[in-house]
Amino acid sequence: MLSLYAVLIDGAIYASWLFLVAAGLTVIYGVMRILNMAHGSFYAIGAYAAASLVGWYFNNGVGPVWVGYLMMLGCALAAGLVVGLLIERGLLRFMYGRDEVLMVIITYALLLILEDAMKMIWGVNPYFAYQPYAEMGRSVLAGLKVSNYDLMLVGVSLVLGLGLWLWLERTHQGKVLRAVIHDREVAQAMGVNVRRVFTLVFILGTVLGTLAGALTAPAISVAPGIGVEIIVLAFAVVVIGGMGSIEGAALGALLVGLSRAAAVHYAPQFELFVIYGVMALVLAVRPQGLFGRVLARKI
Amino acid sequence: MNNYKKSVQHSLKTLPLALAIATAGVASSFTGAALAAENGKFRIGVVTFLSGPAAGPFGEPSANAAKVLVEGLNQGKLPAPYDKLGINGAEIEMVIIDEAGGAAKQVEEFRNLVQRQKVDAVVGYISSGDCLAIAPVAEELGAMTVFYDCGTSQLFSEDKTPQFVFRTSLDAAVDNIGAARYLARTRPDAVRVGGIQQNYAWGQDSWNDFTLSMAQIMPKTQMVESQMPKVFQGQYGAEISALSVKRPDIIHSSFWGGDMEALVLQANSRGLLEDATAVLTCGESALARYKDQAPNGMIIGGRGPFGAFAPENALNTWFTQAYQSAYKAAPTYPASKMAQAILGLKFAAENAKAEPGKVPAALEMAKAFKGATFESVSGTVQMARAGGHQAMQGIAYGEYHYDAASQKGSVQNVIAFSGECVTPPDGTTAHDWIKAGFPGAQCN
Repeated sequence: MLSLYAVLIDGAIYASWLFLVAAGLTVIYGVMRILNMAHGSFYAIGAYAAASLVGWYFNNGVGPVWVGYLMMLGCALAAGLVVGLLIERGLLRFMYGRDEVLMVIITYALLLILEDAMKMIWGVNPYFAYQPYAEMGRSVLAGLKVSNYDLMLVGVSLVLGLGLWLWLERTHQGKVLRAVIHDREVAQAMGVNVRRVFTLVFILGTVLGTLAGALTAPAISVAPGIGVEIIVLAFAVVVIGGMGSIEGAALGALLVGLSRAAAVHYAPQFELFVIYGVMALVLAVRPQGLFGRVLARKI
Repeated sequence: MNNYKKSVQHSLKTLPLALAIATAGVASSFTGAALAAENGKFRIGVVTFLSGPAAGPFGEPSANAAKVLVEGLNQGKLPAPYDKLGINGAEIEMVIIDEAGGAAKQVEEFRNLVQRQKVDAVVGYISSGDCLAIAPVAEELGAMTVFYDCGTSQLFSEDKTPQFVFRTSLDAAVDNIGAARYLARTRPDAVRVGGIQQNYAWGQDSWNDFTLSMAQIMPKTQMVESQMPKVFQGQYGAEISALSVKRPDIIHSSFWGGDMEALVLQANSRGLLEDATAVLTCGESALARYKDQAPNGMIIGGRGPFGAFAPENALNTWFTQAYQSAYKAAPTYPASKMAQAILGLKFAAENAKAEPGKVPAALEMAKAFKGATFESVSGTVQMARAGGHQAMQGIAYGEYHYDAASQKGSVQNVIAFSGECVTPPDGTTAHDWIKAGFPGAQCN
């Protein structure tokens, strides 16, 4: 019985983390039709920025603990804004309208460039900013000791998901965005400044990526390569949910999280395959993903 | 059209110049290589991870150790018996190569080092896959090669009659036999054992060696859980829960680098490391970074008598001081292992009966290295396995202790096991030796 509770708790925690990682990727694809390989680098930049700043803050005993958490969020926001704006204005805006495959190659090149840039800035030694994770302590849920930081991530993920959904479904800006998602050309014909929407969405997606990295940093050792590792996982979640769908990413993350936790507890030998097994199963039944729309081909 | 003609004419005019420049460039690069080979210096190719997840914990300390040691040797600063300048009186020149990129790339890089850059010896390789790929090429090219870190047991079972390939680090089986022996001494009442390993050859082999050793050394123990997450996964929440619900007394892990540090942090925060004692075979490499996030009493190893487990001797004192003054940190076990490999190479070259100041032939160095006994930062090293090509040394384990006042971690309750106690003899595989109950093992 304890294992069953553990599966539910672990599954929810892992799913919330997966959703954080995948949200930015699906938002950018949904609006801009860019399969953004560089999303892994945004995650890594957020993690490095948070680990170096928060690590410095705690190691020097500068002030109260809660300031450290605010710094994590602040540096994720700042890093996402700067990097997103630079990349969108400096590179991607010249590429709009190109083939989706070409955009994959461009963002892949960006991933490689950013990986090297991070190595130049932060070096190859791991950063270990554990204090925000350790300071929160732990709780006992159904007999299982769980980190409060992980529970906090579940909350953040829920708030973020709900916020994104409300923004898309209940605000004027959201309506404009959905119009662009539905038909970019018609939206443009109706007076929507698509380019501005693109800039806004790309920055939002980048901030979501850096935020995911910053929130993950205190629980891991931030080292070269973390961005590359994460991108495959994020793609799997987004593909399961349906490319470009927030609800899909949430459901995809939950499916993957629970399946993986069940595999770890009951059949660890299948843990490596379970994520891609779920993906293959979903795609076999719904090739467009759980919440993906079937698009008519334009001639 | 005219523009096109002009362009072609211009191209034709500049073509010979371009060809000349290109030819000169190619010629100079070959001349450079030839000069380098004939400049009287002892060229060593050093290969280790300079990028990727293994760079921080392993590659950088190794490269730093190589730089410290080569500089010290070139200035004649090392204590005896390594006080002769450079190697055999010849100044050492080092070429450092990144090990990242996979075995196929490394084979290409190795050929480049030997054939174009004309190095006199190659010291390197952390990845077992790289070692297995390089060994036959080294033998084919007749290139003196010293593996300093990779631990695969297959190395000399595939390269059965080695001539130019040597390994100054220990077989990975030694780590796990040593861990089991340490547990038998310090936790004889432990019964329930769990494990978490990275899911590739290293993790799987480590778990196999450990469970087989435990079955022999502590037969009452039960393996209650085995987790094999993907390498570099970073998040181990579900694995920690799965281990927790099985209530183990001991948790064995061969995790390394960032994965190991993340595991310790997450498992400690969730109380798993209070309920069970962790045994980390590579734990020493993060000794300075655990701080108060690892519990006192956590068992750590350094893959031999390296890093914090290195004995006090003149060589180690010099090396530790030189490394600390250059990099403001104590050398961890990968650094000690790199130093050991270069010292082994120097020993071999200086016993190869070459004229002073000359670089000996690879075959002569290999003959001198085979079966040698040389002094190192880790004590005395005997090339006593694999027909004299594999080092045999003891291994030590100890417990992590954190001092809040100085904010430093250290190793306490260290127990060392001799090489004869933990190393399989020639003519048998590690698995067969363990399963047979370690016949011939001489333990103190």
